[in-house]
Amino acid sequence: MDYFIELFFSGLTRGSIYALIALGYTMVYGIIGLINFAHGEIYMIGAFTALAAATILSFFSLPLPALLFLSLAAAVIWASAYGYTIEKLAYRPLRHAPRLSPLISAIGMSIFLQNYVLLAQTPDFLPFPALIPEFAFLAPYAGVIGSSDLVILLTTAVIMALLSLFIKFTRTGKAMRATAQDRTMAMLVGISVNRVISATFVVGSALAAVGGLLIASHIGQINCFIGFIAGIKAFTAAVLGGIGSIPGAVLGGFILGLTESFATGYVSSDYEDVFAFSLLVLILIFRPAGLLGKAAPEKV
Amino acid sequence: MARRTMRLNGRDIGSALLTALWFAFLALPFLAVKINPVEQTVTWRWHAIIYVALAAFLLSLGGSLYRQYRKAHLARKSQNDLSSEQSLFGRLWATRKIRLSLLAALTAAAITFPLLFSTYQTNIMITALIYVMLGLGLNIVVGVAGLLDLGYVAFYAVGAYSYALLNLHFGIGFWSALPISALLAAFFGVILGFPVLRLRGDYLAIVTLGFGEIIRLILENWNAFSKGPSGIANIPRPGFFGLDLTLEGAIIYLYYLMLGLVLFTVFVVNRLQNSRIGRAWFALREDEIACQAMGIDKTRTKLTAFALGATWAGMAGVIFAAKTTFVNPASFTFLESAIILCIVVLGGMGSIIGVVLAALLLILLPEYLRPLADYRMLAFGAVLVAMMVFRPQGLVSRVRRTYVPAGKNIPDE
Amino acid sequence: MNRQEGQSTSDRPVLEVMNLTMDFGGIRALDGFCLRLRQGEIAALIGPNGAGKTTFFNCLTGMYLPTRGELQLFRPDGATRRLNGLRPDKITEQGLARTFQNIRLFPRMTVLENVMIGRHCRTRAGVLGAILRGPAARREEKDTVRISSRILEKIGLAGQLNEFAGNLPYGAQRRLEIARALATEPLILLLDEPAAGMNPQETRELDELICRLRDEGLTILLIEHDMKLVMSLSDHIFVMDYGRKIAEGTPAEVRRNPEVIKAYLGEEESFGPA
Repeated sequence: MDYFIELFFSGLTRGSIYALIALGYTMVYGIIGLINFAHGEIYMIGAFTALAAATILSFFSLPLPALLFLSLAAAVIWASAYGYTIEKLAYRPLRHAPRLSPLISAIGMSIFLQNYVLLAQTPDFLPFPALIPEFAFLAPYAGVIGSSDLVILLTTAVIMALLSLFIKFTRTGKAMRATAQDRTMAMLVGISVNRVISATFVVGSALAAVGGLLIASHIGQINCFIGFIAGIKAFTAAVLGGIGSIPGAVLGGFILGLTESFATGYVSSDYEDVFAFSLLVLILIFRPAGLLGKAAPEKV
Repeated sequence: MARRTMRLNGRDIGSALLTALWFAFLALPFLAVKINPVEQTVTWRWHAIIYVALAAFLLSLGGSLYRQYRKAHLARKSQNDLSSEQSLFGRLWATRKIRLSLLAALTAAAITFPLLFSTYQTNIMITALIYVMLGLGLNIVVGVAGLLDLGYVAFYAVGAYSYALLNLHFGIGFWSALPISALLAAFFGVILGFPVLRLRGDYLAIVTLGFGEIIRLILENWNAFSKGPSGIANIPRPGFFGLDLTLEGAIIYLYYLMLGLVLFTVFVVNRLQNSRIGRAWFALREDEIACQAMGIDKTRTKLTAFALGATWAGMAGVIFAAKTTFVNPASFTFLESAIILCIVVLGGMGSIIGVVLAALLLILLPEYLRPLADYRMLAFGAVLVAMMVFRPQGLVSRVRRTYVPAGKNIPDE
Repeated sequence: MNRQEGQSTSDRPVLEVMNLTMDFGGIRALDGFCLRLRQGEIAALIGPNGAGKTTFFNCLTGMYLPTRGELQLFRPDGATRRLNGLRPDKITEQGLARTFQNIRLFPRMTVLENVMIGRHCRTRAGVLGAILRGPAARREEKDTVRISSRILEKIGLAGQLNEFAGNLPYGAQRRLEIARALATEPLILLLDEPAAGMNPQETRELDELICRLRDEGLTILLIEHDMKLVMSLSDHIFVMDYGRKIAEGTPAEVRRNPEVIKAYLGEEESFGPA
């Protein structure tokens, strides 16, 4: 039973991270209909920035929570900056191009960023400091749930709540929803569509950066290739929940995380990634609209 | 018409400065800081930031100039005149005389290559030719039919592993394996294609990517079948009428073989493009719904493209296995698919000569400019983005086929 | 103005649509719609925006799968074909060809190539034929070019054979769509707002073209908002509103129908003496 609960929590932890990244995919898709292939790389950029910040800040012997927050801030700032820049350089000029052009551009961006970090830093794994403090009160349950699991779960929950409020009540959030529904109409009523799209990339990137820092601290190492697999899996989560749907992304993330956790725990860990890929292929073939998405009939 | 001079004003310079600052900021945690994981220290590299800022500044100024040029250019030519997109090369290529002499020169160079250069160079050339073949195959799928296949490498793997396994278990030689593997790859193309081809373009891309990764992961983990990550060694090179060739002889032989196969590929792909099927592929790329309304069986046409594309990948796989005499899953990652895609995009979707040029360029350039080799993938990524933004039709856009109808009134061109 | 006399409409039906219903979620776009086309007539389908005209075309050509209803095609050889549930390409093969409200040409293919695509379902050459290019394949290809350029001549685009379709002026693009549809050798030609966006000169040419096609024995069904064109051109008019047929008859009958006037309230001026 303990093993089951352990797998359950590790599934939730994974799922939270997938959900955080999946939100970026889903928001961007909802607004410009693009699979932002480079989104996984943004997550990697976030994790690397956090590592650089944590390494530099560790010289000043700050307390752990301060270290965590400052690294998080750095990760969020730089990841958002990269997300913003990528949209402006690689996607904005292609807004009226055929559908596949921005996707190819996104793939190019992804390869570029991966190799940029590889060349600037290293292709090897780098150890990542444990930025999340160990809670004493969790010690008796150490075999079942670690403190980083708890922090990740709570952080994700808080972020989801904040995001929902943001989308629902703020001006930018409303503009985002309007633009997602009908870009031309939004433009006509005076919404600056370019700014809304930029905001979407910034918010999505920030979420990915949070995910990047949390999971890097949880696992304890990163390299420049982590974005690819994480990106694909988060995309799977987004599609599973119904791409374009924000609650869908969260649901998809948790389902995928739990599936992976149980499948690797009870079946075989060799095929960890195969489960996710198979799930992706199966959903896209049998229910491309996802669990919470609506199937839109093609306009003739 | 008077040539308008282009100049930069203060605003351009200001925005260039801002761009420079912005990119310096972006590069800060990656280029200025080098993390040393062992000693938990960082090395500062401020000079890198200065280079980045300088490059961003100059590129931004260049961008301003380019925009001015475009504006002047577009004022002269009507904006939606599609024919103006034909490149200089494309126009030259369309002239029969130039085309023939270029082809003759190319053929002569190709035939004499192994006689003039070392085995090492010949080996590199074989690799480049394999990519030409892969590029031409993927070109059918992506360039002509407009199906973005990100898992093309799977069929390459199917080809390579079928030869390796058929040889290992049944002692089947190169020449028998070549058609068998091609058929197997085509078969895989149909099997994978069948469920996914009704998906929308971007979903199709992701599903094919998923399939490609699944096949690689299976090869990596199913030890009993594929010998796992360690791969299969001692795959024989192609035999030459039962003669024992020296290593050098075998390589030269493989080179000519590959050259022949590439020519065969060009011949077949060219004929396919200019046929009833080829036209249907192009039309499918343009507008699926209109295609169906014109009586084109969408699924079947797509499947044909998918299977034919896979066939070339299968053959290229066999040659790859025979050339390296060793296969393992590491040769068939997503990056490989991305390189082949890059060849198609750079060459020009649907342009045979463009794809051939792009393959040679992308594979040979990093080989001969060794210092650049490290930056290969970085450049590939940048090329994909830049091509989409600045020149989506590729280096060489497809030469428009013109017809002169038989009959009384011949239209004046 | 009225061209009722001198036409060759027989009473033989070519298409029978019975009780066609199409639901989108909770919205009923077509509600028990019935229609019968006779061989060689020009019929028009009119109605306010959102009445379900294009939805009807989409159901008829297999783009949408109707919820209920019966679609039957009576071929000249006497055979009856049920069109329900056939894929769009199969329906085109059976002899229904259409154009689109928002032009859907293949912009980066030449004018001739666009029409040649229309020949696809009437030709056979496969992959092997393409590669080997045997005598049969070569003959077929030649025929395709010949037939396609003849259609273009008829439609008045023979001078722009090798131009990219996307470069043609608007009116020519609409005509090219008709040419492409004609290349499929249809029994019935379905035109979705063929005169939309055309200037008076282009509309006149279109009017002539459609009449010429009818005189060659083609049955034509068009959706059109240009009432002058509809009234002068049509042998028979169907009026739709809210997914139902509210009236049908000759232009004169329809013009007098109180239901139609009600549906078009505010647009009466288009019904003024033609």
